[in-house]
Amino acid sequence: MPVTIRLQSADFDAAAEAALLTRGRTDVGAVVTFTGICRSSEAGAPVVAMTLEHYPGMAEAEIARHVEEAETRWPLLGVTVVHRHGRLLPGDNIVLVVTAAAHRGDAFAAAEFLMDYLKTRAPFWKREERPDGTIWVDAKSTDAAAADRWANRPQAAE
Amino acid sequence: MKLLYFAWLRERVGKGEEVVEPPAGVTTVADLMTWLAGRGEEYAFAFENPNIIRAAINRAHVKASAPVAGAKEVAFFPPMTGG
Repeated sequence: MPVTIRLQSADFDAAAEAALLTRGRTDVGAVVTFTGICRSSEAGAPVVAMTLEHYPGMAEAEIARHVEEAETRWPLLGVTVVHRHGRLLPGDNIVLVVTAAAHRGDAFAAAEFLMDYLKTRAPFWKREERPDGTIWVDAKSTDAAAADRWANRPQAAE
Repeated sequence: MKLLYFAWLRERVGKGEEVVEPPAGVTTVADLMTWLAGRGEEYAFAFENPNIIRAAINRAHVKASAPVAGAKEVAFFPPMTGG
């Protein structure tokens, strides 16, 4: 299975990344593309910008472990993960997950699984710039719950 | 061993990495945090609530009970907020 994992400060092109996963092949019946985007407000507070710090070396390894895990759960035909770091402005892309499979159920489930784990297990930390100062974003219990539900569900429904 | 700090832990400690030689009694990640907390005000502040701090050994997540023997690189950081 083709796997691409990139951490970069530069922007990405979601459509181009998705096209790369299907180019020249006829076995892919479903491609799911998820893009996470920097919002201009968080829980009602305006966000001027955000800076993503990461742990080089571990971030790639941790994402690769989850892609391998996804491959054991669903019959995937390709995965691409791109995560940006550095300073981002509202409207900027943050993260891209693209999954390819023969059928949509597997592609949807694998993309959601990867995003849930990226948010809680990949070593990235967001610092928001607000009009009154900067704060490190607190981890959300809802994100932890979203990741936990996969622990008890080995695979997507048949 | 090499220690790495990220996010607000890095800011509180005042550096992103350092090399340390913990004493023999430090056998787990939890021991290491306790020892570090005693190294000065900035460390005490950084490690004041060890229950919320996450750790990795050689770039893989570990629990606080994990042994540090043989660890080349130990990282400390807050709960992750990527994606």
